[in-house]
Amino acid sequence: MTTTLGPVLDVRGLAFAYPDGHQALFGVDLHVHEGERVALLGPNGAGKTTLVLHLNGILAAGAGSVAVGGLAVEKGNLKEIRRRVGIVFQDPDDQLFLGTVRQDVAFGPANLGVKGAALEASVMAALDKVGMAEYADRPPHHLSFGQRRRVAVATVLAMEPEILVLDEPTSNLDPTSRRELADILRGLDVTVLMVTHDLPFALELCPRSVVLSDGVVVADGRTFDILTDAPLMAGHRLELPWGFDPRAIDNLPA
Amino acid sequence: MGAGHGHRLHFHGHSPIHRAAPHLKLLALLGLMLVVVATPGAWWPAFVVEVLVLVAVIGVSRVPVGYLAPRMVIELPFAAFALLLPFVADGPRIAVLGVEVSEPGLHAGLTLLAKGSIGVLASLTLAATTEPQDVLRGLDRLGMPDLIVSIMGFMIRYVDVVTGELSRMLVAMRSRGCDPRSPRHWPALARAMGALFIRSYERGERVHLAMLSRGYDGSLPR
Repeated sequence: MTTTLGPVLDVRGLAFAYPDGHQALFGVDLHVHEGERVALLGPNGAGKTTLVLHLNGILAAGAGSVAVGGLAVEKGNLKEIRRRVGIVFQDPDDQLFLGTVRQDVAFGPANLGVKGAALEASVMAALDKVGMAEYADRPPHHLSFGQRRRVAVATVLAMEPEILVLDEPTSNLDPTSRRELADILRGLDVTVLMVTHDLPFALELCPRSVVLSDGVVVADGRTFDILTDAPLMAGHRLELPWGFDPRAIDNLPA
Repeated sequence: MGAGHGHRLHFHGHSPIHRAAPHLKLLALLGLMLVVVATPGAWWPAFVVEVLVLVAVIGVSRVPVGYLAPRMVIELPFAAFALLLPFVADGPRIAVLGVEVSEPGLHAGLTLLAKGSIGVLASLTLAATTEPQDVLRGLDRLGMPDLIVSIMGFMIRYVDVVTGELSRMLVAMRSRGCDPRSPRHWPALARAMGALFIRSYERGERVHLAMLSRGYDGSLPR
């Protein structure tokens, strides 16, 4: 991890319209600093996934800029940008496409030119971090959904990203798998931006949250403050699960 | 999406056949098939020798006959055609069990059946003793173009995902009172197939995005 004084992720005035004319982002500003865990909240259709696809240059900004560790997301830098930004997509079946877990985790670093023993070491280190080392030689489609999600996280960790971006990391997980994922993420020494509808999960892991609604950032602050701001929540189609009260929790992350 | 453990063709084992290098097994299968196809129809002793070789290999591999036999049903359409031949072909007629059939048709049918069965059984033996990934590695080693090997790899990886999606769509259709087997509901089935195609296509795009995100530049690493 490089030590930069500026933010790891620096999004300024980002606007984007899809080719069909639908504008998804209207000037988004977002900064994530090294070591932070930030939740990106917002209702369906707020532009969260569109924003994520800008972070590693899959989509190109219509206006504004994105920089990762000081390096602008531009055509010439894409290879380095994609090493620095590790995106874990929502459906692990989109991410795991090779015959064995080992090959899938090796895919990213091998594309970066890592070979031989160093490749094997980075694969096993990444699998270790998510507790899946013993499944290295299994085909991904023989794993449970929760295991596949963890392997998907490992495929990205193997690239040693500066920022880990997770799109809906808890979707379709049973409560135990969800808790195991939380333990894994908490133990990682990496900057995290997670897109999620799972507000208790955001509160549990991310001290800071950013709310995206209709293509603009409408709130940026402590997760606890945002989740307890009833008018803000109601105004942007955010709801806590029934019976969940952030005020009743006494060991929030700092 | 549940975790499928469907080794539909592979039979786990540690026999010499299981351990043999996949590219050698592929070459052996190809060689046997060429010999079988080249065997003239009337050379019955040759077919017997070929079957004995195959049976010996299966014996060494310790794959139970009860495992291979039911999987041979895939041959049925060909078998049906082979059994039909004696009745539809021209030529001199002979009586078999009191039924008049065409003699050349009978020979052609039996030859087709013999060659087909040996081919199917040999292929099943390869599949039972070699993991799909190893078959791909063998093809790669034998110089099959990268692109083809990659496409086959993707097919193996996603066939369960796509068939799972299809079966869930069919369950959802049945749950709403549609019987996909009845011709009356074939239009709905056709639309479901269209939807499945679009979904698979979109999944392909998402897989590609996820690959690009990990630095994919057009060639799969070895």
